[in-house]
Amino acid sequence: MADTAKTTHPQPAGRPEKGAEFGYVGIDAILEQMRRKAMKQGFELNIMVVGQSGLGKSTLINTLFKSKVSRRSVMPSDEERIPKTIEIKSVSHDIEEKGVRMKLTVIDTPGFGDQINNENCWQPIMKFINEQYEQYLQEEINISRKKRIPDSRVHCCIYFIPPTGHCLRPIDIEFMRHLSKVVNIVPVIAKADTLTLEERDFFKQKIREDLRVNEIEVYPQKEFDEDSEDRMINDKIREMIPFAVVGSDQEYQVNGKRLLGRKTRWGTVEVENTAHCEFAYLRDLLIRTHMQNLKDITSSIHYEVYRVRRLNENNTHPSDQPNGHSNGVPTHEVLSHEM
Amino acid sequence: MAATEIARQAGEGARAVPLSGHVGFDSMPDQLVNKSVNHGFCFNILCVGETGLGKSTLMDTLFNTKFEGDPTQHNQPGVQLKSNTYELQESNVRLKLTIVNSVGFGDQINKEDSYKPIVEFIDTQFEAYLQEELKIKRTLHSYHDTRVHACLYFISPTGHSLKSLDLVTMKKLDSKVNIIPIIAKSDAISKSELAKFKIKITSELVSNGVQIYQFPTDDETVAEINSTMNGHLPFAVVGSTEEVKIGNKMVKARQYPWGTVQVENENHCDFVKLREMLIRVNMEDLREQTHTRHYELYRRCKLEEMGFKDTDPDSKPFSLQETYEAKRNEFMGELQKKEEEMRQMFVQRVKEKEAELKEAEKELHEKFDRLKKLHQDEKKKLEDKKKSLDDELNIFKQKKTAAELLQSQAQQAGGSTTLKRDKERKN
Repeated sequence: MADTAKTTHPQPAGRPEKGAEFGYVGIDAILEQMRRKAMKQGFELNIMVVGQSGLGKSTLINTLFKSKVSRRSVMPSDEERIPKTIEIKSVSHDIEEKGVRMKLTVIDTPGFGDQINNENCWQPIMKFINEQYEQYLQEEINISRKKRIPDSRVHCCIYFIPPTGHCLRPIDIEFMRHLSKVVNIVPVIAKADTLTLEERDFFKQKIREDLRVNEIEVYPQKEFDEDSEDRMINDKIREMIPFAVVGSDQEYQVNGKRLLGRKTRWGTVEVENTAHCEFAYLRDLLIRTHMQNLKDITSSIHYEVYRVRRLNENNTHPSDQPNGHSNGVPTHEVLSHEM
Repeated sequence: MAATEIARQAGEGARAVPLSGHVGFDSMPDQLVNKSVNHGFCFNILCVGETGLGKSTLMDTLFNTKFEGDPTQHNQPGVQLKSNTYELQESNVRLKLTIVNSVGFGDQINKEDSYKPIVEFIDTQFEAYLQEELKIKRTLHSYHDTRVHACLYFISPTGHSLKSLDLVTMKKLDSKVNIIPIIAKSDAISKSELAKFKIKITSELVSNGVQIYQFPTDDETVAEINSTMNGHLPFAVVGSTEEVKIGNKMVKARQYPWGTVQVENENHCDFVKLREMLIRVNMEDLREQTHTRHYELYRRCKLEEMGFKDTDPDSKPFSLQETYEAKRNEFMGELQKKEEEMRQMFVQRVKEKEAELKEAEKELHEKFDRLKKLHQDEKKKLEDKKKSLDDELNIFKQKKTAAELLQSQAQQAGGSTTLKRDKERKN
């Protein structure tokens, strides 16, 4: 029988000194071990892009990942027609950078918002997202399950807002309201080079106001901030959303350098110049700093919410257990003792 | 209703696409590591071995810390497991280390059941994790993982071979935990004996089919060192927390009159190899093996035992919940049946008892009647006797009165005669 563990803090005998093994245990080598393991396994990321046709979704994705990863580039024959119903098309790519391998899946939703009657346009998308959760859940509750459950859950949904300059349209509000509960939504203002800086600021304010009034929580959600450091970083981001982005996969010569941009007769919009547009912030958020966080929130919060709902679905009578867990565990314990 | 189509490109493992610039996701491993650092790590070691083999000292030496605890006595009635959790920190890494010691192992006279508490302990930890995983509202990411990641099995330095207790215990544990056998107090064995001892041990383990933990050799960075180390198993270690001055440095060592055994000297013992393998190179792999191999095996066996089966893809989707319901109903049905049975039995018993009691009552009545009759007879007899006695008494009284009368008459007559005589005298 084991006694209950008590936590104590013994004094370590010495600080790690350079060269001398004396006093150094080597616990921090676990970081290196983790890193090695992660490099070997590779990473997965699933991004969904939602928005009307012609807002530059495919171009933006290509710009974000600096390669032709969007659906348009992969299936060129398929296009120039607007589909009659919302379709969901996902394309996977293996990309590698400095030894880090990533499986990137881009999920496109052509046909969203393009019909005359757009009622319930969010439903097929919601269904798709839930299907991915369901797939993961099924694999997780298998008796013999795979070593690494393939993760096809949508980690991030980029929602493109057309640059009207006024406020959010009803379709935007409807969509974001329904989907912010199941997935991380990152709203962006598409084709932002049609707005002047003042118009942009005004638009952003209106959007933030609309989001607040409708109680829509977009990423980074306030309630998931872990500590004050997190909150500080995320507050800064929350001040800036929605990001006003411009996408381009063509390079032009500007001041002697080759830069990604859009060339017009009155000047060249530089995509990665933060004075011109906020693409760089979006890229940093999505890829360089918050990618792991996006995946964590998806798996530990959105997926768990889905799981709870699904597991409770078949419970017609909530069990009134004294320990307050409305779960099947107490019954399960009794069963296992009786069997 | 909008229809959905899902088209996947080229199945899993899609096409490789070259990047034309720096995207930045090479920071992913850093992001992952940062998250883990904020979260902290936990590692659980189980030390199994006979009392007095230096388990606690070795732990102290490995982690360079004086963990608390006095050496245990040899008179434990059974094997117990004592676990202690410590929080260690080195640079920015926080480790929650749990050390579980087997107390009283090998001290009993009858050691048949010695392995049982250990197996039970390991299973309990797996069970706790499984329960957490099966909960509806669960908090897996903040769960304190208590599953045993590594089991250090201490072999006593006899120099000959493994004891049968060792073989039996290791055989029971090899499918549940990563076993790393080590030869304790190896300063008692000379170098040549040690080589022979190691060979004997490994051959015995192989011939008995005991699966000890092999350091992984699939990652090129560590494959070489791991495979070399695999050849040095079991490690012959010496533990010591005392420091001795050698040359001009203070080193951990054991001092004897004939020389000093330095713990961290690779020529003297394999302690450095153990530390390297256990902590600096393979800690993460140990944790992973525990989770993906041993825990999954336990989970599979446990769920199958409870009667769950994997549903095939086109049948109803939610086996777990429905099986729960079915089992629950079955169980309730059984309960009810049992209740009925018990009630029946109770009624039966009551009836029987009643009959018995009635019988007894009847008997009692009969007895009472008999006694009463007997009593009456006796009474009658006595009365008769009394009557006859009374009669006799009456007759006697009559006779007595008659006799008295006669006597008094005789006296009167006698008296008058006397008077007559007197009168005659006078005359």
